[in-house]
Amino acid sequence: MPSLGADMEAGTLVEWQVQPGQRVKRGDVVAVVETQKGAVEVEIWDDGVVDQLVVQPGTKVPVGEVLATLRAEGEAPAAPTPARAPAQAMTPPAPAVSVAPPPAQHPARFKVSPVARRRAEELGVDLSQLTPSGPEGVISLADVERAAQIKPPPAAKAAAPDKLAAMRQAIAAAMAKSKREIPHYYLGTTIDVSRAVDWLEQENLQRPVTERVLFAAVLLKAVAVALKEVPELNGFWLDGAFKPSAAVHLGVGIGLRGGGLIAPAIRDAEQKSLLATMQALSDLITRARGGALRSSELSDATVTVTNLGEQGVETVYGVIYPPQVALVGFGKVVERPWAENGGLYVRRLIHATLCADHRASVGHRGALFLSALDRQLQEPQKL
Amino acid sequence: MTTRDDIRKAVLDALGSVAPEADFDALRPERPLRDQLDIDSFDFLNVILHLHEKLGVDIPEADYSKLATLASALDYLAARLAPGHIT
Repeated sequence: MPSLGADMEAGTLVEWQVQPGQRVKRGDVVAVVETQKGAVEVEIWDDGVVDQLVVQPGTKVPVGEVLATLRAEGEAPAAPTPARAPAQAMTPPAPAVSVAPPPAQHPARFKVSPVARRRAEELGVDLSQLTPSGPEGVISLADVERAAQIKPPPAAKAAAPDKLAAMRQAIAAAMAKSKREIPHYYLGTTIDVSRAVDWLEQENLQRPVTERVLFAAVLLKAVAVALKEVPELNGFWLDGAFKPSAAVHLGVGIGLRGGGLIAPAIRDAEQKSLLATMQALSDLITRARGGALRSSELSDATVTVTNLGEQGVETVYGVIYPPQVALVGFGKVVERPWAENGGLYVRRLIHATLCADHRASVGHRGALFLSALDRQLQEPQKL
Repeated sequence: MTTRDDIRKAVLDALGSVAPEADFDALRPERPLRDQLDIDSFDFLNVILHLHEKLGVDIPEADYSKLATLASALDYLAARLAPGHIT
């Protein structure tokens, strides 16, 4: 069970997307796990052949528990010993209770259509208790709705608030840890974004509606590029030391309908074009709100950006998401009088803030980052 | 020819795609959609894409403010889709 964030302690295996004997390569989605942050597609970290599926769907297991074992290509399958821990196991064998066998009527493996999964969540239907009626053993929307009719209604009503409460718990744990352990320092600056906003307007005029770019994507790209100049802000604080990251996996704070918050990552953001950044952002928001993020997106953000300008605020004073060491905040783009070279102008301005971990960087370096960010936003055509 | 009812349906479908839990019967046509439905600029872009797909109308960014309320959006789209309108 992978850790999908510092605040995660356990997850429930929803379904396997591979079978024993199937060849997999790094990055393949092998399973779906239900966490406090919703359903997450779990990717595999190594190439090989699936040996045994140790944990059955419907089982809740702690982080670090072995879900399945993998063997190298050509290696003989292992003898069927369900509790076996593979060589790469990250933690000592977990207590036996965590691999308790699932209920007897439980299907060994099942598939669920995404719309059925969402509906099941809304109705509070336990997918593991359903028998698929569709072709190839896929649980359909009709199966879920049929089950919901048999199910007593009070439990169905409780499902959504529970989920929100669980997410609130996860945020509480991470933020309390952050404020307890991370010595934050804060810097802020006002950046003239007139040029960037004008440039984007012109750019969007020429683009088909399907390729329009939001200003948020411009800000994200500028942050990713500016971070390359101050690597102390990009990485993790782990075991008493800063571990910088070569790639910028940009966590993006995404508000969910109903009040949830999640910060999945745009991976390798510094290498993406502006359009690719927009597409990645769009894809991430859509999947975050639809409940289908991937494990790597939730676990490996190296820095986070939060943009609260849409709610009308001008300044964000953030809280770092551990084990990251920095968070960049943006407020609303506002029109204001602006003096420059002895002249007075009306310009569009944004207030950018950096909150950073003083164990990993000093204010001087943080200031250099904000200055690099300003510089990037003055030359939007280069982003 | 696209009728006002068609337009209304397309707009409500588009809004429903980004705010599925909203109660559209309670929507006040003269008040900003953003405040009533808690939609952000990403949701709004999706509404624009949806309208583009359903009505074949390409709404430039400069006209976004004309879609601020349900009433103004219906007026704007009706004008854009009226026979003889030159884009």
